[in-house]
Amino acid sequence: MLVARDLHTFFDSSHVLHGIDFSVAEGETVALMGRNGVGKTTLIRSMLGHVQPRTGSVRIAGRDATRLAPYRIARLGVAYVPEGRGVFPNLSVIENLVMAARPGDDRRTGWTLERVLETFPRLSERLQHRGMQLSGGEQQMLTLGRALMTNPKLLVLDEATEGLAPLIAQEIWHTIRVLRDAGTATIIVDKNFAVLSHLAHRCVILVKGRKVFDGPPAELSMQPGLRRQYLGI
Amino acid sequence: MEWLIQILNSVQYGLLLFLVASGLTLIFGIMGVINLAHGSFYMIGAYLAFSLAELTGSLWTALPLGIVLAFALGLVLEILLISRLYRRDHLYQVLLTFGLILVFEEMRSILVGDDVHGVAIPALLDASLPLTENLSYPVYRLFISAVCLVLAALMYFTIQKTRLGMMVRAGASNAEMTQALGINIRWIHALVFAAGVALAVFAGMIAAPVSSVFPGMGNQVLIICFVIVVIGGIGSLKGALIASLLIGFVDTFGKVLLPELAGVAVYLLMAIVLLFRPAGLYGRP
Ligand SMILES: Nc1ncnc2c1ncn2[C@@H]1O[C@H](COP(=O)(O)OP(=O)(O)OP(=O)(O)O)[C@@H](O)[C@H]1O
Ligand SMILES: [Mg+2]
Repeated sequence: MLVARDLHTFFDSSHVLHGIDFSVAEGETVALMGRNGVGKTTLIRSMLGHVQPRTGSVRIAGRDATRLAPYRIARLGVAYVPEGRGVFPNLSVIENLVMAARPGDDRRTGWTLERVLETFPRLSERLQHRGMQLSGGEQQMLTLGRALMTNPKLLVLDEATEGLAPLIAQEIWHTIRVLRDAGTATIIVDKNFAVLSHLAHRCVILVKGRKVFDGPPAELSMQPGLRRQYLGI
Repeated sequence: MEWLIQILNSVQYGLLLFLVASGLTLIFGIMGVINLAHGSFYMIGAYLAFSLAELTGSLWTALPLGIVLAFALGLVLEILLISRLYRRDHLYQVLLTFGLILVFEEMRSILVGDDVHGVAIPALLDASLPLTENLSYPVYRLFISAVCLVLAALMYFTIQKTRLGMMVRAGASNAEMTQALGINIRWIHALVFAAGVALAVFAGMIAAPVSSVFPGMGNQVLIICFVIVVIGGIGSLKGALIASLLIGFVDTFGKVLLPELAGVAVYLLMAIVLLFRPAGLYGRP
């Protein structure tokens, strides 16, 4: 589904990604982990066209996506829920959803407005509210629901449960599980190792812009030393 | 009855200004570009009305032709020049778009000359509506108001009710997120700019029969339209509409009631509005 090779990304002269290989197979759930500032968000943005890596290549759905504009990458079937959400504050809830509606790259239309509202009933009570009037949890549901309106094959979630009340986080996790079981590939960045270790097929750990671990979560669970060293948990 | 005529004139003038100011405020609000050349499009419209009406023999054929040409001009300008300004400082924007004014005026001078022209009111609308025994109102001016109102409603509908409008508004608040949803923001920007150009050109075209066609007419309109954008609040269409009508009234009645203040009345209005609402009527501070 997505294969990135040897990505080097710079912000001016600061070298943030030091040659990262990263991949997600069809239907695979990959947890991207690491302490604050190691480059998780930068890796995601480098793969999705929001940041230009200086060298390296990205292939998505069998196509070279290295220098592709973000909207073209999205049309290959990739939906992105960025850090800090990205709800359009000046659009109503229903407008946030409707403006994004699109059949998937293979004409899939499994996710409709009705189904998104069924998944997040709270949103249907607030259809006419503006994005800026929503609580943090509602905003997160809206961004996730909006991402689903594009009928993605790969969903990228950067800190989707950050700062949410436990009950709401649970609702988000539940949806992610449903997506995983339905065969949607997912890249998840999150602090909740306990949940990720059950959910993910594979974990990738970054340290200072380098990949230091790539394997099944069971392997990490068996090696508390690795976890402590790389994640501080 | 004299005052009724002044009211109708105010509304007509205000609505016409709105067509130009709406593009200016949208381009500023959505792309962040200060477009000094926006008044030139009004001038180009007036000269297009003159030239195309001569060429085709009728303003009715000239109008659609002019709109198509204007839209194409807008797309070409946006893609070749204006899109390079989005990430740049206002200074670059002002320099480039001021350069465009000079280019447009020079082209106008080469192609059509520097003479003042008039455009005939189309025969179909060349009539007057009697108000009293000795007062009447030209039908063509009512036609201008009606067309402007229809366009304003169309604009409102497109921006507030269609998916395209939602994408435009989304792009204005978060361009990166809009792209991440598979929307080509560059096309949205080109479309908004071209629509703004087409509106200003169209305003110049329909205004041509009631205001003569002369060099530099764009600059007058540009300044008034900046006043409107500031009064209405940058980026707000509703604000631009209300401010346009206010300016229409202040300017028209100012000339009648306080002729010695006519030149400064609109600036006084702006100063008063900004005193109470520094971000304009509908601006977000
Ligand atoms: N736009 C930018 N300009 C300059 N430096 C940046 C920029 N974005 C990120 N960085 C730097 O790159 C490094 C990696 O940041 P990044 O946001 O990718 O980390 P992260 O792993 O996502 O962290 P977090 O867990 O805090 O979200 C950090 O040192 C950060 O300061
Ligand atoms: Mg991050």
